[in-house]
Amino acid sequence: MIVADNITVTRSGRHLVQSVDIQLRPGCFTVIIGPNGAGKSTLMKVLSGEMRPDEGSVSYHGKDLNICRPEDLARCRAVLPQATQLAFPFTALEITRMGAVANGALDPSDEARKALKRVGLQGFERRPYPSLSGGEQQRVQFARALAQVPQAVRDGVPNALFLDEPTASLDLGHQISVLETARDFASAGGIVLAILHDLNLAAEFADHLVVLHHGRVVKSGICTDAITDDIIAKVYGIGGAVGRLPAAHMPYVLPQSRHR
Amino acid sequence: MKTLSLPLRPAIEGDRTQQGILVMAGLAVLLVVACLISLGVGPTGVGLADLFAYLTGNADKLTTQERVILEAVRLPRTALGLLVGAGLAVSGAMMQGLFRNPLADPGIVGVTAGAGLAAVAAIVLGNGILAPLALLLGNQFLPLMAFFGGLINTWALYLIATRDGRTSTTALILCGIAIGALTAAVMGLLIVMADDRQLRDITFWSLGSLGGATFGRVASILPFIACVLVIIPFVARGLDALILGDAAAFHMGIPVQRLKKIIIVAVAAACGSTVAVAGSIGFVGIVVPHLLRLAMGPSHRFLLPGSALGGGALLLIADSVARTVAAPAELPIGVITALFGAPVFLFLLLGKNGISMRDLP
Repeated sequence: MIVADNITVTRSGRHLVQSVDIQLRPGCFTVIIGPNGAGKSTLMKVLSGEMRPDEGSVSYHGKDLNICRPEDLARCRAVLPQATQLAFPFTALEITRMGAVANGALDPSDEARKALKRVGLQGFERRPYPSLSGGEQQRVQFARALAQVPQAVRDGVPNALFLDEPTASLDLGHQISVLETARDFASAGGIVLAILHDLNLAAEFADHLVVLHHGRVVKSGICTDAITDDIIAKVYGIGGAVGRLPAAHMPYVLPQSRHR
Repeated sequence: MKTLSLPLRPAIEGDRTQQGILVMAGLAVLLVVACLISLGVGPTGVGLADLFAYLTGNADKLTTQERVILEAVRLPRTALGLLVGAGLAVSGAMMQGLFRNPLADPGIVGVTAGAGLAAVAAIVLGNGILAPLALLLGNQFLPLMAFFGGLINTWALYLIATRDGRTSTTALILCGIAIGALTAAVMGLLIVMADDRQLRDITFWSLGSLGGATFGRVASILPFIACVLVIIPFVARGLDALILGDAAAFHMGIPVQRLKKIIIVAVAAACGSTVAVAGSIGFVGIVVPHLLRLAMGPSHRFLLPGSALGGGALLLIADSVARTVAAPAELPIGVITALFGAPVFLFLLLGKNGISMRDLP
């Protein structure tokens, strides 16, 4: 279990995150939602160990994050960043391979090939990363994260997968499949934390939702508790939007997972 | 008959490990050839046949003079060229990785100029206010001064041009121009203060040359280059990860800040020590890594050792040309590398497979 206790991050006099408590349980798909500038990415940076909070502490399975070495952390948690651009022509496989190497894989190239297959990019191994489309690049990065933590649980310790807007720049089908892969990871006993902007996806996939607003947790719980008219109005400034259908003549598509 | 097969499983698509090993083997052969050319070619009558006789144990066939030329003139010069070329190319490759930018080169961004300035300051002030330091450090005074010059420069460049882990190409190049201007101004001051002998030395630094190579110079640069080469296996994976960004590198278990400090010191050591013994030789640091990226991909596992081999080979060949085309006069090697390197660099900017301007940060 990953536990963050009373996290506060202050930058140039502004509280980006203020007194946040959050617990990421094995087997649980946790999703953070909230408007731009709510402190979602900052909170994820603190949880992944990338940023030190000004106050509060984070622990991984009872061990304080500050005394974990980066290479040990890398073996039990992977992070999918937002869009990454490169000026060097690594192939898709070489990018993914880096994740497998960080995991300490014995045959990193083979692990990388498997990870690319998991995100539906078999046949893309040879392609230079800069020549891929934004969505394909995002999926290569997801494959790299999967190659870094290929199993949800290793030696009895649950691994963690952090996804910062994993569905940005993906088409509907791939949005679903990325989140399904993440949900399978959680079902197998892993820890998943994702930042999502699409509330429908959040409602569909999250076991636990955290609503962040002005750096504070406004609501934390299952989707029916967290996505309500009150909270959406308070956080996003749009009232009465939950469950309201568009006008009769307007077609709409809600993302739907395939196996549920 | 059974065909010869490598004891490796067939390469996985997109994995360029075997390609890298092949290119490295090719570079090693090239380097040996370059060493033979450098040892066996020159303005004097000592040629490849004499070298061959010498190497096969028939040294007594050679006159004493021929032996002296081989042992005391060409051998140190070849060793120096090898070390300088390796240092220049590896420092270029490391800097490009550190700045996540294929255009970063110690020569272009002004680190060479800073190291050269420190070297010139050491020459001019070595008898004056820096005399106690010069006495204390002895032979290592000049390389150490150049190293610290390069270190201050690289560090300043990194602080100025990098924001939130991203380096702007524009800031990098502009920074190089500003540092170059500052260096030129201080250099001017030092030239006014210099006497005739010092002026000659200063001219030597600014053009770059392997002339006057001695085993003393080889010994003074060797520890620096050896340290830089020894760390390659320990930084290669980190530099690969760093290409994806500071955050991603940290997520993959790289101690990012420590790695960057090591790289900055290594770049300064390689660059400073080469400037101290051979002056500023341009374009090796950018052309060699680029050609290698085209041949085997950008992974530093092969790029860094490959740059060491390729840089050594390129510099030895360039030096052999510099010694022979206008014999008995000798061209400055910086002229040869620029004549070859600048067009290649421009071609890379144009080419489809080279640097894509669009992808630069």
